[in-house]
Amino acid sequence: MHIVIIGNGISGVTAARFIRKLSGYRVTLISGETDYFFSRTALMYVYMGDMRFIDTEPYPRGFWKENRIELLRGWVMKVDPVNRTLTMKDGRQVGYDKLVIATGSVPKWPEVPGVGLEGVQGLYSAQDLAGMERLSKGLKCAVIVGGGLIGVEMAEMFSSRGIAVTILVREPGYWGNVLPASESALVGRHLKEQGIDLRFSTELVRIEDDGSGRAGGVVTSQGEYIGCGFVGLTIGVRPNIGLLEGSGIECQQGVLVNAHLETNIPGIYAVGDCAELRGPKQGRQAIEAMWYTGRMMGESLAYTLCGVPTVYDPGIWFNSAKFFDIEYQVYGEVPNVLSGRYASLYRQSADGKKSIRLVFDRDTHALLGINLLGVRFRQAVCEKWIREKCVVEQVMAEIDGAGFDPEFSGRVLDFLGEWVPQVGISDNL
Amino acid sequence: MDKAHPDISVTGSAAAKLSWGQRSGLAFTVLAVVLWVMAGLGLEIGRGGGFWLWFSLLAGLFGVIGYAWATYRDLPLGVKYRAVWFRSLATRGMWAWVLGAGITAFYIILYFYPALLGLGQDGAANSRLIGFFDPLSIMLKQEAASQWFVYGVFYTLAVLAMGVKFILKYRHNRYQVVRTLSVMFFQLGFAFLLPEFFQRFNLPATDLKQMWPLNYYFFQDWNLRLLIGSGNVGLWMLFTGLAMIFVISPVLTYYFGKRWYCSWVCGCGGLAETAGDPFRHLSDKSLGAWRLERWLVHSVLVFVVVMTLAQLYAFFHKNPEGYFVTRGFFLGLVLCMFLGGSVIGMVRPGVFSAISPKVKYAVWGIIGLILLSLIWAYWSGSPRLFFISSYKLSKWYGFYIGAIFSGVVGVGFYPVFGSRVWCRFGCPMAAILGLQQRFFSRFRITVNGGQCISCGNCTVYCEMGIDVRAYAQRGQDVVRAACVGCGICAEVCPRGVLRLENAPDILGRGKEIRALHIRQDGVKLEMD
Repeated sequence: MHIVIIGNGISGVTAARFIRKLSGYRVTLISGETDYFFSRTALMYVYMGDMRFIDTEPYPRGFWKENRIELLRGWVMKVDPVNRTLTMKDGRQVGYDKLVIATGSVPKWPEVPGVGLEGVQGLYSAQDLAGMERLSKGLKCAVIVGGGLIGVEMAEMFSSRGIAVTILVREPGYWGNVLPASESALVGRHLKEQGIDLRFSTELVRIEDDGSGRAGGVVTSQGEYIGCGFVGLTIGVRPNIGLLEGSGIECQQGVLVNAHLETNIPGIYAVGDCAELRGPKQGRQAIEAMWYTGRMMGESLAYTLCGVPTVYDPGIWFNSAKFFDIEYQVYGEVPNVLSGRYASLYRQSADGKKSIRLVFDRDTHALLGINLLGVRFRQAVCEKWIREKCVVEQVMAEIDGAGFDPEFSGRVLDFLGEWVPQVGISDNL
Repeated sequence: MDKAHPDISVTGSAAAKLSWGQRSGLAFTVLAVVLWVMAGLGLEIGRGGGFWLWFSLLAGLFGVIGYAWATYRDLPLGVKYRAVWFRSLATRGMWAWVLGAGITAFYIILYFYPALLGLGQDGAANSRLIGFFDPLSIMLKQEAASQWFVYGVFYTLAVLAMGVKFILKYRHNRYQVVRTLSVMFFQLGFAFLLPEFFQRFNLPATDLKQMWPLNYYFFQDWNLRLLIGSGNVGLWMLFTGLAMIFVISPVLTYYFGKRWYCSWVCGCGGLAETAGDPFRHLSDKSLGAWRLERWLVHSVLVFVVVMTLAQLYAFFHKNPEGYFVTRGFFLGLVLCMFLGGSVIGMVRPGVFSAISPKVKYAVWGIIGLILLSLIWAYWSGSPRLFFISSYKLSKWYGFYIGAIFSGVVGVGFYPVFGSRVWCRFGCPMAAILGLQQRFFSRFRITVNGGQCISCGNCTVYCEMGIDVRAYAQRGQDVVRAACVGCGICAEVCPRGVLRLENAPDILGRGKEIRALHIRQDGVKLEMD
């Protein structure tokens, strides 16, 4: 049995690792991006000089041979499900018994004039990092389009080199389509403190040529012209499925898969950013382009491939990020606008750098979600509360059990203060 | 380095120009060093009475502090190791080798050619650098300085100045601040000032926090006689030394892991955490280094145990009537300790299975040899345990381990191999505390579920060369003998995945793999 995996990111690699743990099947991992699996979450640290590129590789280079996972470097151009063959860019043919598509995402490109100029790119791949490094020579100003997680990473990268940064944010607050208003304002304040020029409710209209084929400035929807030498595209990502055109594998935005992560063609599967679930779990998205879900999908699929059919269940939602110096954690449901059944308790520190939000059901008081900025909570404890539908009064009583900040940081309860909820009334910010 | 992407391995440039505050700070520091070099060369420096000495000390101290303040006051809270890999000094560049060579040379001169520093020979007065420090020594203990005094002043100055720098850098993290203050306190108070005051009052100049086996001459004939012969204070020092080994250390290590000593109290650790912080990422993270570490550090432990037993045996042999402990009693005690330790090791769950067969044979072999030597010595009445003179053993240990390994290599190699070479590969105390931490303590670095994004910051900045990421990405507690609990891995983690803690469930440590998504309930393996 030969299983071929296209893509050596966290999803493909986790699938490969677990297939090896569970079986003796032959496993080949193909990548056009790099020779070895690396953590793209760490790309920003390479640019800033905190780490070298090789430090981002989660496993020592001998790991693959030791575990008999074959590595193949090259771009897959065509998938032939009938003959079970892949055609590589250099003409090589690779045969498979089962195929796993783990090709990840590509940054979304806005359809505006000038987007094809030099100096315009996203931040996803190792090649994007190299591009940013090259384009930073002599760079004075950068404009980043899109106020989200990658946008803030790019901003921190440029900031570390003293390059002026402007971010065009479509929403009225930073990451406003995910963060509730208070948290969005907290993050916005912090970014401004770092010297970032934030433009809310502003979109990109066009990119101007500087005369030599490189971006020289942008025109915004507010009618402004901002001069710059680099335009970062961070409005989101979309599945990388171009190579599957004409293959017969059903795709929409991404590769359509069932609950077992199998495509319409038996023996072909998809995991990670590129996969689109036909029937996502209640409350979850069909496409979830994250490190954590990719890892979970890879693990689930490995079991299915090794004879233990496993339905992919993402569990309770969790995510994390960092906005310059402010860490972010979320567990469960935290809608950006709280209405209907959602009520919440929100507390912010005096210095405006930390916040805790407990989201609960207005009627039953069952905990639904936790949103954290600058505060670390224990994932196991938070998930237990949410899974067991613990009432928020009980959560408050046990809240110190969730604290995960370093020793001597002070009690969570001291930060939250006494709060006694009353039925029908909520502390909603 | 990925050959296809050579330009992204390390291509950024080092930081821009220095600010005026930074420049002033550096100027004062350089001035202090210039004064010391001048003194070292024998140049007569202006007024007597120690004016320039005090000036140089204060300039050195406040120069570094001023530089640090200028650097960190404008940087946002939470900045960590920005641009480390772009700088020559921090990446084994030319300046790193120059610094390393300089420190190594200083140590060699200090240990083996103190006359070059100006130590007065045959009763003559001090001159040059040591003479320059006479006023301070006389003020503290009414005696002229020695090369060890000068060393102590430099060492303490480094810990204090770089300690303040470290605190300024991590002022947002209370654990780092408290820990650094502790290390500064113990270095200034216990390692430097107290021994000076003891000497002033003709008492043994003991660093009370320096316990056996770090203090490898504690059980040597001359030291035991000195302590016993120094009245009540001497006896108290002897008692405290023994209490540290048998009671205080095991109890503290049980509750807190070895960090209570290695990154909160110890002088070697103190320098490593403060002056060594800029070099922490240079530690070798490879499996090969880990293997070498375990064999080497435990070999030094065997060496120091063998040497100490020989020293004690010789002491009791020479003084059969003088003390209530006879030779036979001593031998019986040692036998009981070895047997007791072996029984505990075998009975305690997890210990026996964690040790590889090679190591088991080595340990049994060594214990067997020691016991045989003990029995032979008692039966034959030989003056020597192990057939080698304890004096020779002490000399070898003192030279190779105490001077070369701990001193010259330990600090001289900071800019090339990181700040913890001695601690990791040579310190027998680290070996003992590490064994206890690994098998019988509440300490662990716990991991927050499945939150790890495998970025690698924790591994890069672990000064002990632990691949922390390997544990973090599996969601598994880090329970390692080497971990000194400095807490930097938890600090640099961008997602708050790691936390140092002392929790009661010792046997459960390190078992759970929290990043597993599918619970392991009797899943069958499918073989091809």
